[in-house]
Amino acid sequence: MTADGVAVEARAITKRFPGVLANDAVDFEARRGEVHALLGENGAGKSTLSHILSGLYRPDDGEIRLHGQPISFHSPRDAIDAGVCMVHQHFRLVERFTVAENLILGDRRGAGRRFRIDPTAVEAQVRKLGERYRLPVNPRARIWQLSVGERQRVEILNALYQEARVLILDEPTAVLTPDEADTLFETLREIVAEGRTVIFISHKLNEVKAVSDRVTVLRAGRAVATVVTADASPQSLASLMIGRTFELATRRRDTATRGDAVLDVRDLWVEGDRGSTAVKGVELTVGGGEIVAIAGVAGNGQRELAEAIAGVRPRTRGTVRVAGRALRSGDPRAAHRAGLGFVPEDRLGMGVAPNLPLTMNVELKSYRHGTLGPFLRLRRMRERALAAIRAYEIKAPGPDAEADTLSGGNIQKLVLAREFAGELRVLIAASPTRGLDVGAVDTVHGHLCDAAERGVGVLLISEDLDEILALADRILVMYEGRLSQVERRDDMDEIAALMAGAENARP
Amino acid sequence: MNNSLVVALIASGVAYGTPLLFGALGELLAERSGVLNLGVEGMMLVGAVMGFWTVQRVHGGSALALVLAIVVAAVAGTAMAAIHAFLVITLRASQIVSGLALTIFAGAAGLSSYLGNDLNLSGLPASHAFHPVFPNSMQSWPIVGPIVFGQNPLVYASWVCVIAVAFYLARTRPGLNLRAVGEAPGAADAMGIDVVKYRYAHTLAGGAFAGIAGATVTLAITPQWVSGITGGAGWIAIALVIFAFWRPELCLVGAYFFGAMQALAPELQARNISLGPTELWTNSLPYAATVIVLVVVSSRGARRRLGAPAALGVPYVREEA
Repeated sequence: MTADGVAVEARAITKRFPGVLANDAVDFEARRGEVHALLGENGAGKSTLSHILSGLYRPDDGEIRLHGQPISFHSPRDAIDAGVCMVHQHFRLVERFTVAENLILGDRRGAGRRFRIDPTAVEAQVRKLGERYRLPVNPRARIWQLSVGERQRVEILNALYQEARVLILDEPTAVLTPDEADTLFETLREIVAEGRTVIFISHKLNEVKAVSDRVTVLRAGRAVATVVTADASPQSLASLMIGRTFELATRRRDTATRGDAVLDVRDLWVEGDRGSTAVKGVELTVGGGEIVAIAGVAGNGQRELAEAIAGVRPRTRGTVRVAGRALRSGDPRAAHRAGLGFVPEDRLGMGVAPNLPLTMNVELKSYRHGTLGPFLRLRRMRERALAAIRAYEIKAPGPDAEADTLSGGNIQKLVLAREFAGELRVLIAASPTRGLDVGAVDTVHGHLCDAAERGVGVLLISEDLDEILALADRILVMYEGRLSQVERRDDMDEIAALMAGAENARP
Repeated sequence: MNNSLVVALIASGVAYGTPLLFGALGELLAERSGVLNLGVEGMMLVGAVMGFWTVQRVHGGSALALVLAIVVAAVAGTAMAAIHAFLVITLRASQIVSGLALTIFAGAAGLSSYLGNDLNLSGLPASHAFHPVFPNSMQSWPIVGPIVFGQNPLVYASWVCVIAVAFYLARTRPGLNLRAVGEAPGAADAMGIDVVKYRYAHTLAGGAFAGIAGATVTLAITPQWVSGITGGAGWIAIALVIFAFWRPELCLVGAYFFGAMQALAPELQARNISLGPTELWTNSLPYAATVIVLVVVSSRGARRRLGAPAALGVPYVREEA
């Protein structure tokens, strides 16, 4: 077999789920010794394809060849035995086990085949592999003690320990800091340098550019193109992804009209989940028609701040006023009635009721209006849901589809449709585009800007600086529970310094 | 010295604790695979009546009859556990409902009583029973005599079982697989471990242990059959597993502790020591302790801290669409 021989080949793979054609005659091949990116928006069929390649799903039609041999996997185990290993977004590790025990668990060749288990031999091997591939991890550590980045290393080590020839990584950088991501890319280069194959799934253009040799773009379940990464520009990849030419440069509103303060927060103190003080004396005003952004590294109190303003979390001290009305602490209904909309960070856990149909989710906050005594007016709710589906272009099989069957972008559209339904004065959007694909990000940004145009005060909390620079009229930085005002709006250096804890005038 | 209350309490505690220990070991195996079995009490009763029935019917040597009785009791417990396993693993029924239903079905007013009456077992002394095996001279050694050498063979068998289960869990490949199945069935499945097979195997093994636990009551502790003879020992066994943080060696300690509490009332009576209405509080002591332990450790946070298998009580559904 030559160095650039084909390692994995998929021919005309088709997979249907109820109401969705997830993969439509997809052709795909990855060579030995290359990092091959699978690029596409959420819902384009990347995950389905990778699950088929790794044995979790079986294709309805089509053929997979591994090193030229046709194969058919009946379970992830079959795939692992054939040398195809997937690193999932949600790790498949036993949290209470040590690193070494987790590796033994999947081992069918070496130490794991014996009746008696002896972790020490495996521990030595883990150390050796860790050094070679820059994946340092203590083999005796228990998984629950490890950071998310370390857990990912364990997953990759596991694949290498099982002598995988093909590694599939599903959005591996979603859980990593930028530095960790860079280290991961180096590791991946090491892995392919030995003739292995890495299939790298992502919807982030810059990552794909940084790490891959070739890229296959998926759109709406079809493979639309395979190109050599070096020959492709981000713009060309983006347009392949979303099927139209797309301005990567972001929207910037020219006319920021600042009306009277619609959100006024004074001396706000909030307790975090573990009893520590997460928000320390925050003062904040948002005017009507203004987009105020809060930047910062996650975990500096942004979530607690957003939840306290929205009434989801009680505050220990301070006042929150929406359009002049003081809100009671820990009363989300009062906040809603005062005209406050909340797009929470955890959209599936907090933003929607995952097992309820779309109809119910759209009406979650407004079902008390227009009911007949204790009875719901189901037909009217359904009509309103249909209207929301049309107006917000929510891609769903219908109003009866359960919320958790939708993709992330469509769930976010659903949340926005609900929050915009009443008379909105203030909108709190916490990481509203995290994990969304380019098209959905654009839609969400559009809705935020439209809201501001209509005079709504928008408080945007985000870790994505590009997003903040594109949308915000004013930028604040949150660090260890305190807010700092950014003096010069476009000064990246100042923002970065504040994010790292530099002192500045308090707003 | 061997007649002192402390030595006598420990010696009887070991004897009375043995059915609890067998029951707890079985429950531990099932729970480590992620299956909560609240049917232990019912399985013990069925094992107790079937074991007793066997010694009454087998004509031949005492050893043969007793070994056969243990086997029959284990099979009876396994059969009961098979119902539970099918309902909760294959059909994914509620583990709590299924376990409770089995205990009611087989309990003092159900199957075990019916069998006892139908086979005319009530009130008869056992034809064969387990007795201490070491010579009297050894049994009269100070302290260790009654506690270690004065026990029946089932006690020694339970010690072997504790060591075997502990070794199995900590040091063997199937034991590792079992723990993975109870902690993270999704991960175990992805690694090619048959979750359903492991859950069935260990639920059935748990039933066998419960059956043997029942036979220990009717063939060693009180060699007779009376309806409802286990008197809630199955529930104590379930509490014990939690009390022992899902570790077999601690099950042994806990079982003897509860056993000693059960032995307290008869031992005090034997010494004519009266502490007011003795029966009222000594007899209820093990149950009161059980309730307290269960309440204290049943909060979700406490369970996690204590080492409950993360997937305990959760049916496994593969995510394949």
